[in-house]
Amino acid sequence: MLDYETLKFIWWLLVGALLLGFAIMDGHDMGVGTLLPFAGKNDTERRIMINTVGPHWDGNQVWFITAGGAIFAAWPLVYATAFSGFYWAMLAVLWALFFRPVGFDYRSKIENPTWRKTWDWGLFIGGVVPPLIFGVAFGNLLQGVPFHFDDTLRSYYTGTFWALLNPFALLTGVVSSAMITAHGANYLMIRTEGDVYRRVRTASLVFGTLTLAAFAAAGVWLANGIHGYVITSVIDHNALPNPLDKTVVTQAGAWLNNYSLYPATKLVPAIGFAGGLLAIAAAWFNKPLTAFVSSALGMLGIIGTAGVSLFPFIMPSSSDPRSSLTVWDSVSSHMTLGLMLGATVIFLPLIIVYTSWAYKMMSGKVTEAFIKANDKSAY
Amino acid sequence: MISTELVDLSRLQFAVTALYHFLFVPLTLGMTFLLVIMEGSYLVTGQQIYKDMTRFWGKLFGINFALGVTTGLTMEFQFGTNWAYYSHYVGDIFGAPLAIEGLMAFFLESTFIGLFFFGWDRLSKGQHFMVTVLTAIGSNLSALWILIANGWMQDPVGAEFSYTTMRMELTNFWQVIFNPTAQAKFVHTVSAGYVTASLFVLGISSWYILKGRDLEFARRSFRIAAAFGFASALSVIVLGDESGYTISESQQTKLAAMEAMWHTEPAPAAFNLFALPNEKEQRNELEVQIPYVMGIIGTRSFTKEIPGIAEIKEKNRKRIESGMLAVSAMETLRRDKNDAAAKEVFEAHKQDIGFGLLLKKYTEDVARATPEMIQQAVDSTVPRVAPMFWSFRVMVALGFAFALLLGLSLYHTVRGTFLKQRWLLRWAVLFIPMPWIAAEFGWFVAEYGRQPWTIYGVLPTHLSASSLSVGSLYGSIAGFVVFYTGLLAIEMYLMVKFARKGPASLGTGRYHAEQTATATI
Repeated sequence: MLDYETLKFIWWLLVGALLLGFAIMDGHDMGVGTLLPFAGKNDTERRIMINTVGPHWDGNQVWFITAGGAIFAAWPLVYATAFSGFYWAMLAVLWALFFRPVGFDYRSKIENPTWRKTWDWGLFIGGVVPPLIFGVAFGNLLQGVPFHFDDTLRSYYTGTFWALLNPFALLTGVVSSAMITAHGANYLMIRTEGDVYRRVRTASLVFGTLTLAAFAAAGVWLANGIHGYVITSVIDHNALPNPLDKTVVTQAGAWLNNYSLYPATKLVPAIGFAGGLLAIAAAWFNKPLTAFVSSALGMLGIIGTAGVSLFPFIMPSSSDPRSSLTVWDSVSSHMTLGLMLGATVIFLPLIIVYTSWAYKMMSGKVTEAFIKANDKSAY
Repeated sequence: MISTELVDLSRLQFAVTALYHFLFVPLTLGMTFLLVIMEGSYLVTGQQIYKDMTRFWGKLFGINFALGVTTGLTMEFQFGTNWAYYSHYVGDIFGAPLAIEGLMAFFLESTFIGLFFFGWDRLSKGQHFMVTVLTAIGSNLSALWILIANGWMQDPVGAEFSYTTMRMELTNFWQVIFNPTAQAKFVHTVSAGYVTASLFVLGISSWYILKGRDLEFARRSFRIAAAFGFASALSVIVLGDESGYTISESQQTKLAAMEAMWHTEPAPAAFNLFALPNEKEQRNELEVQIPYVMGIIGTRSFTKEIPGIAEIKEKNRKRIESGMLAVSAMETLRRDKNDAAAKEVFEAHKQDIGFGLLLKKYTEDVARATPEMIQQAVDSTVPRVAPMFWSFRVMVALGFAFALLLGLSLYHTVRGTFLKQRWLLRWAVLFIPMPWIAAEFGWFVAEYGRQPWTIYGVLPTHLSASSLSVGSLYGSIAGFVVFYTGLLAIEMYLMVKFARKGPASLGTGRYHAEQTATATI
């Protein structure tokens, strides 16, 4: 069995991988939801858009559920502290997500136009709110969150919901939102034709550009205006986790430390820019599949940048820095991390195989003729 | 001190959202297998009608499934948002089955369900059937992992408290997986789901028969539901009995409460068919008993005693007194981990630390708890009797009624006479909502019966909630009630609409009302 320190690090990578899986898979159908009221001008066009993700949105949503479950199992303190601290933000995500299953399944079961339009906006909310809030959440993690533990490790969050919506966090919210929308647009380019295709191509170019601009702006702001966190005590990476066992200070520019300490990590933001640029170029030259793969790569870079900048922090505390949660002291036991790694190694490749098969079987353009022919059974 | 109002509101929100989620789960568990049987018949016989059955019942299943997914999301969030201390304290054990559920089961179910609905023209017959089978396996595996997690809450095996990390740590995962409490609960719960789905199909088919429409379609659906349902109903009863068998301590408390057994009786104990429990005086006003039956069910013997409430409380008093020592030793060790004396006391009493924590509801300083506080804690260790006693009886009575209804349906199916038994058909229509009532009461018996613990004997409910404001809880409960009521109204509307319309909703032109060109949307 791997030693505790290695497992702690592997789980940081795995949680990142699951979040990335969520962004790439659930992200593209959230992007479809975001674009739905704008790129689909009539009922048939909207049904075309919805049916590009119709067979897949439910499976994709499991990335989100599994990422949540994995954080619970691997980083219980993070799950407990973040979910309860960001109470209203999490409920906003949850309630926005409520619109998706019912929106997809119920929308086209009744022909009334008001009914259908209402659900279209429901799907829009379900698509736009979660990425926005997750982006805002990352912006707050990078600034530190006001929470502390008492001696029994009960967490207390002392901020407010409105304080989460500060300018830097709103900027990271724009990064996330634009990135997901562009990705959804790239997916729609693969699966549609005609007017819808033309509109989503424009959306891909606009939101792709916006993503990179906002990402660059956030980077500049992070380097110059945001204090990072640094552990000042010696950490035993193999010790039983106890977040109160360390000392932490804030320092200007500390979020860039990892890039100078491990120069190879500079590749991560570079991939963010390269992927994004490639996606824009591919959309411009009408290469939808390349655009989709590139925007996925760009997301790897962008989400990875947040992770690498924070490392080893996951959730720094602004009000009581020693309570900060890191990859070393907010984790499960050695045994649980090992078992969960085993389960992930077995099941994740299987999931990727059968998901690919599902996409392969349902591939091709969704057309007006398809919607007409399957009026009763399509979404 | 933690506000009792906050804890009560957190419990209320959990109960509302979990009971609500559980309205949609049983039908999903059972329908997927009924769809497998129907599609399997299509695969073997090649008759179009079996494909239409799969698609029509699949449509109703889909309407239900959408809300199952919606409300299931809440469950995934809620441990973190509202039960943060619980999540920290037992996440090392409890989180693992939830994560594995996602990886092993939920991905499978959710990926293939999309192909089930949309893959009819894209997949070969065999491929589509395989997709349906995998969906069924996925949904049932999902229930397995959830009930392993829940079984651990009832009977926390394979874990140990650590004062360094201030939480329970996993020591043996196989014990958690093969926890007998979890296994009995799993089979009982999924079988109850099969019964729910069978009665759903049976009832709606009976309605078509009574109306004299879509007879071919309804007849075949009725037969499949009766056969699958009867086998499942027997399994529910047998495994329900297995759940009652006192393998673990939490079950003893539950058993005593739901049987209103205030005192240990000489073996084998009698079963209270009817009683009026008097909580204040800890006795029953009136009892109608069947001799011996309880002892035999509860212990599988004629000589073993089943402990009564008074005896359980006395045992718990000793554990609370021992737990007080463990809690104060743990607090000393949190300040100085090298205190040898405290370590010795902790080691000697650590198995009772959860019982010591019960006192935290009444005082911060557990070591100095007064005798009144200890008495309060002792009294809290057994849930209130009357709600347990009656919920259990409603569930069991309904369970036997289901077995009877399904048994008679099967009998008349085999004899080929069920189309003429109008009383039976009416009974089946009337009973469509009953499995849900039984399931909700069953949930109540299992979860309310575990109080005052979230993890039996380990973590009191009072300590488990997040440190939120009471105002936040009122706000979120109001939000959930508004969302859920609205969504349920929409779901019921669609369900009734499509059930009334029947297989004609597939638009194949082969069914009732389609030939007369009166098709309405």
